[in-house]
Amino acid sequence: MNAILKVEGLKVEFEHPLGAVKAVDDVSFALLPGERLGLAGESGSGKSTMALSILRMIKPPGRITGGRVSLDGTELSALDHEGMRHLRLAGIAMVPQGSMNSLNPVIRIKAQFADAFRDHGLKLTSAELETRVAELLRTVGLPPHVANLYPHELSGGMKQRACIAIAICLRPKVIIADEPTSALDVVVQRQVMETLARVQRDLGCAIILVGHDMGLMAQFVDRLGVMYAGRLVELAPIAEIITRPRHPYTQALISSLPSLEKRGAMQGIPGLAPLLRDLPPGCAFHPRCPRAEARCTTEKPAVREVAPNQQAACHFA
Amino acid sequence: MTPLLEARHVTKRYGTNTALSDLSMSIDTSKPAITAVVGESGSGKTTLARMILGLVPPSEGQVLYQGQDMARLSGPQRRQFRRDVQAVFQDPYEVYNPFYRVDHVLTTPVRNFNLASSRAEGRTMIENALRAVGLRPEEILGRYPHQLSGGQRQRIMVARAVLMKPKLIVADEPVSMVDASLRATILTSLRKLTDEMGISIIYITHDLATAYQVSDNILVMYRACVAEAGAVERVVKHPQHPYTQLLISSIPQVSTTRDWLDDEGDQKTAATPSPHGCRFVERCPVAMPKCSTTLPPLYRTEPARAAACFQHEASPELPNGALNEVLTPTA
Repeated sequence: MNAILKVEGLKVEFEHPLGAVKAVDDVSFALLPGERLGLAGESGSGKSTMALSILRMIKPPGRITGGRVSLDGTELSALDHEGMRHLRLAGIAMVPQGSMNSLNPVIRIKAQFADAFRDHGLKLTSAELETRVAELLRTVGLPPHVANLYPHELSGGMKQRACIAIAICLRPKVIIADEPTSALDVVVQRQVMETLARVQRDLGCAIILVGHDMGLMAQFVDRLGVMYAGRLVELAPIAEIITRPRHPYTQALISSLPSLEKRGAMQGIPGLAPLLRDLPPGCAFHPRCPRAEARCTTEKPAVREVAPNQQAACHFA
Repeated sequence: MTPLLEARHVTKRYGTNTALSDLSMSIDTSKPAITAVVGESGSGKTTLARMILGLVPPSEGQVLYQGQDMARLSGPQRRQFRRDVQAVFQDPYEVYNPFYRVDHVLTTPVRNFNLASSRAEGRTMIENALRAVGLRPEEILGRYPHQLSGGQRQRIMVARAVLMKPKLIVADEPVSMVDASLRATILTSLRKLTDEMGISIIYITHDLATAYQVSDNILVMYRACVAEAGAVERVVKHPQHPYTQLLISSIPQVSTTRDWLDDEGDQKTAATPSPHGCRFVERCPVAMPKCSTTLPPLYRTEPARAAACFQHEASPELPNGALNEVLTPTA
């Protein structure tokens, strides 16, 4: 199957008085049509920057310094400003982390849809708009009267669903969801993720889910990429990741999740995530790694195929 | 023995909204334990914490500190209360003044409460408190808040609480803003405070999984009322209130069994809520007609457990005020 989204050698750097900071360092992966791919990692691992750079939304002092991203065969760097504007939402849509900060607080929900349609050159009569919005709201399980409400009149879960409805309004091929449920409680989280799963199935689009909750990843995605210090250190089908993680960092991420099975089974990852501008030599994870040997302190492990469909950047994988 | 703190029929209203409804419990710190208070936003868990801390007065009922109404503490009693009961809040960013070194939050209580007789002694106390929460003083002291991670800053707040040699720490969502990988470390250091220093902890959270990992007892709150209470192992492994059951089944687990999205989950039922009925009735899969009209009391289903649900009507009612009977001290 041909990839719908292809990321090859993507690099993002941020200017800093003490030297450039590599936030995304040579990341490659391919997203299949209809696939759910997870990107997991701690804060500062580069997962959100990665998501933004796919949409070319990195702001100075950050910039994309290398690599290619293509959507359905179209190279994104070849697009001009207008072309890229059109592709956002219509080709690749984003469901943001804090829906409370991404909806315009002073206009009604309906008007936020109207903005999106107008900006993408769709001229709708108000009756057409009404029908389209009601249909989109119904898709995400919201009643039609929500169209006439302001964001502050909605609960957190409703706002996040409204954001999903906006994201799918132009039938994108890829949805990037950046921690879409991190501000919601568990019961609402499951409802929102069910909504996301359903609209994805109906639309047949692919999803990139960014987050750090390994439980959510285990239950939602088909494949998982694990990021550490700007690099994709493991990429494999989710069942493989859970049953046989190849990278010690992936293992540590899984163990840090509190279990409901056994008490006292929760282990933190020792040490701190490294500073991107001052990475340790060799493997960036070696100071925190239980398996580190002399070789890890000097030799940076390359990303390699450790099994069919499974890649990892560890000398011992 | 007089318990350190006692809530007697405490209700808190904000306008027409009841944030906490007729809760009675006591906190006896002679048997140190971690009690988790779990619930969604609006369940009343933070209101409970703020009342225990004396930050908001109850609308009805009393909070007693060593048998004395909190509203009528004398100056010295209030000062003692401020030492005995310490708080750790959710946001490890907002509690620091960015212009001061982090040392400031540690030296201020030492000075204000005359904890040390000399500067050197104060320094030693601070270093010991930092070590007690798993921090290396040389990596922390002299730094500014922005130079430290959220996890480090939150542990400094725990160290500040430890410095006061409190009997009770009230921790309101202490790990919800730090990375998943660091939560375990912070919670483990809280557990050590109870086990090794005999400090009781009230752990307020919306995360049932971390509550299960660190606490001895649990109170599950739903819309201002206690839905279920008891020993954490029993409540999590065999939940008896439909809300607790819903909470537990909503947590995504790291497992190759993928049934999380297909689960029936939260369904609106036909039952109509009423101000006198069970708060959970409109979401309850097993609601009976009487649930809409009568508020179920807590039924003591097991020695160390009570659930506020008519499904357990056959069990004896737990008298209001006897909540502590189902909360056991640490094993």
